[in-house]
Amino acid sequence: MEELDGNGAAGRLREVFALELTTARGQCTHCGNVGALGEARVFMDAPGLVVRCRTCESVLLVLVRGDDRYWLGAQGMTWLELH
Amino acid sequence: MPLTRGFRGRSRPDAPPDRVPPGQYVTDDFPVLSAGPTPHTALDQWTFSIEGEIDQPRSWTWDEFRALPSEQVTKDIHCVTKWSKLDTDWEGVSVDTLLDGVETEAEYVLAFCDGGYTTNLPLEDVTGGKAWVAFGYGGEPLDPEHGGPARLLVPHLYFWKSAKWVRGLTLRNEDAPGFWEQYGYHNYGDPWREQRYWGD
Amino acid sequence: MAGAAVLGRLAPLTWRVASLAEFVDETPHARTLVLDVDGWEGHRAGQHVDVRLTAEDGYQAERSYSIASGPDDRTLELTVELIEDGEVSPYLVGELQHGDTFEVRGPIGGWFAWDPAEGGPLLLVAGGSGVVPFRSMLRARPADVPARLVYSARTLEDVIYRDELEALGDDVVLTLTREQRHGTRSGRVDADLLREAGFAPAQEPRIFVCGPTPFVEAVASELVELGHPPERVKTERFGPTGR
Repeated sequence: MEELDGNGAAGRLREVFALELTTARGQCTHCGNVGALGEARVFMDAPGLVVRCRTCESVLLVLVRGDDRYWLGAQGMTWLELH
Repeated sequence: MPLTRGFRGRSRPDAPPDRVPPGQYVTDDFPVLSAGPTPHTALDQWTFSIEGEIDQPRSWTWDEFRALPSEQVTKDIHCVTKWSKLDTDWEGVSVDTLLDGVETEAEYVLAFCDGGYTTNLPLEDVTGGKAWVAFGYGGEPLDPEHGGPARLLVPHLYFWKSAKWVRGLTLRNEDAPGFWEQYGYHNYGDPWREQRYWGD
Repeated sequence: MAGAAVLGRLAPLTWRVASLAEFVDETPHARTLVLDVDGWEGHRAGQHVDVRLTAEDGYQAERSYSIASGPDDRTLELTVELIEDGEVSPYLVGELQHGDTFEVRGPIGGWFAWDPAEGGPLLLVAGGSGVVPFRSMLRARPADVPARLVYSARTLEDVIYRDELEALGDDVVLTLTREQRHGTRSGRVDADLLREAGFAPAQEPRIFVCGPTPFVEAVASELVELGHPPERVKTERFGPTGR
């Protein structure tokens, strides 16, 4: 099983985001840590993409790609700053 | 879709169509998919519990769990990411054994696991000889990356329902989506009706 | 509409056709693919592409590869390491022929990228095939930006881009982890090596670490312990064995 970082998720995230996510900073709702998504723990070999906080492991973001739509879960981040 | 000359990928053996649900490829591998890091719970800390809509919640330590009657089963498994693996050998305790004597009005279960993963199923889909808590695969103890020390095994549904690192079942009167079911995956997940996503 | 102009909206990521123009065997296990890509618009050093292969029955496999060519090079180059029981690398390294095509999309990645305008000094720490994005960075580096590459490889035979790196002289510190060779350092990349070979925290280097996940995590934490601020250490993990 491959654990990567946010860089590994960059291509998939670009399918749904118009701004770069790996340089975006976000706050983990669970532990309050703030960091760039490029440094987050990413699990790609799953039915969906799962991005976890590097500090506390809790889920920051989930992205599932279906046949004709995506599901995005982002409740693990209190805020996300994109530029 | 542009084809890549000469690329075949891993071998995808043919199989009789009645063994392979629509949209699936057969594989000889056993791919490892996970939503998070592999948990490592020491066996002397491990318990399996039945909780929720039950008069007397019950719980087993690892030794107590392994002392229960277990069985060896051979099953086909189907992952929603399109691979199927036929004739996989498992050893586990039937969920019927774990629920033996339980009286409940609950119609649903939520399986819960180390690492926080959950998945929901109708109670009738884990009873009547359809589900196990499996501790052995291929004649060996179940590897941590495949869900060891024990995982739920519910082969008639897509394999995300066969929750890895399972620690118990919560019996519920009402259904509630588990981890993948919240994020687009089908609430029930029958591979033969190709129920991969919401609305399928 | 000033708002829309301020933010750097990314171009939609589309799959493009790449055809193999030539290849260069860097080592017995690594091959650089020189590609012509329809509509390729260039890249920043450190970025990667996604590659997609499609079999006759429609089965698809996707992998990511760091871009090995510099931003000013005229062709796109990827260096692929052969993974013994891999699915994609045996095809790219063993089967793909001149003129064959597959799909790529990119360039991808804003975090693990370096523009010369950002300046240096530049400290690059590579484990195995983690050296690939650093070739792009070193090719982009102007002569007045100090740079140091600390590169850990298993054996001398596994060293990728050997000639190009030797030409950089003392800017490259090589260490071998599975072999002893006269004249070449041995051992893992540890705090002592990083202290000796890298720039001191007071010089405020921009640091990039790339390679297998365990390597990156060990090196990143050693760098922070040496006093480098965590926000100046950018990492890219290739997974347990590397891409």
